[in-house]
Amino acid sequence: MRRAFVVLVVVLFGLVFTSLVIAHNERHSLRPLAESYVKLVPQELGAPNVITGILLTYRAFDTLGEVAVLFMVAAGVGLVLGASNKRRKSSPRKVVETARLSSEIVQSGAQILAPLIAIFAAYIIMNGHRSAGGGFQGGAVIASGVLLLVLASTRYRIDLEFLSMTESAAGVLFVLTGIAGLIFAGGFLDNRMLPLGQFGAFFSAGAIPILSVLLGVKVGCELSVIIDRFRA
Amino acid sequence: MMSNVVLATGLVLILIGLWGMLTHRNILRIIIAFSLIGTGTHIVIVAIGYVTNGTAPIIDRALTLLEAPARAVDPIPSALVVTAIVIGLAVTAVMLAYAIRLYESKKTLSIDAFTESKW
Repeated sequence: MRRAFVVLVVVLFGLVFTSLVIAHNERHSLRPLAESYVKLVPQELGAPNVITGILLTYRAFDTLGEVAVLFMVAAGVGLVLGASNKRRKSSPRKVVETARLSSEIVQSGAQILAPLIAIFAAYIIMNGHRSAGGGFQGGAVIASGVLLLVLASTRYRIDLEFLSMTESAAGVLFVLTGIAGLIFAGGFLDNRMLPLGQFGAFFSAGAIPILSVLLGVKVGCELSVIIDRFRA
Repeated sequence: MMSNVVLATGLVLILIGLWGMLTHRNILRIIIAFSLIGTGTHIVIVAIGYVTNGTAPIIDRALTLLEAPARAVDPIPSALVVTAIVIGLAVTAVMLAYAIRLYESKKTLSIDAFTESKW
């Protein structure tokens, strides 16, 4: 009975989706809004990567809100898991000591890879306005490096104090940059408060590289805190 | 043509996730199914933004400023998906945190044990 109901639901959704695929017509030109974005981002903002231009200037307020969502999730996961950690306070040391050590290969691999992952993350963050990359992606790469270190060594302790300080500082600076845009340029988080520079150069596109770095640091810290919350 | 294949892949992924959510009783498997639905949705959004023979909307030697409006794909779905991936990760983290607490309260991950919130 239950099985039949599930099959019925999936088949009905399948029918709806099939009609969607059949009715879908691939576009041969851009929609007017997309076309104006593709034209305006390189001209007005001086950023070769159109998506970064949208994320960090035209829709930067959404990005700020999204970072706030991430912060709330880090706080919420801490709230949900924190109480249980307190109840087991007698045992965390024991858990760490009895936990199976990771193998030699994982430990050595993590030692070699961790600096490379950090450099790669910095590269991704700093090239967000020039090529594929940006703050969110680089921050996720930082967090993956932290996850590797946590997996490789059970004794590895993340300095939560430092992370929360860095994260708050990056958040405050992000908002201050936005306010600076309000004063020196056209509006909140407008990147044209700094000179646009040469198109495609490393230091170009106004405030976008700065916002990208702040976003990357903030996302990396928040995701690292979330990873740390899930340890025993 | 190509975006139809991608669109179908994303929708099949959503169906797999839906089926997994409805049939499995283990909370972790339900969370995995939920993530599958999320990933499928991302693929669908990206597929909708595809333009025939389009390339990534990044201006460089391969895509000059003048030909960009004719050859670039729609940048808005890509920007939306970047946002959606991060929020999806956050939602998954909250779900896993709740799963840990539920396991502590009943010592099982099967949703059959959690009958008090059933209506």
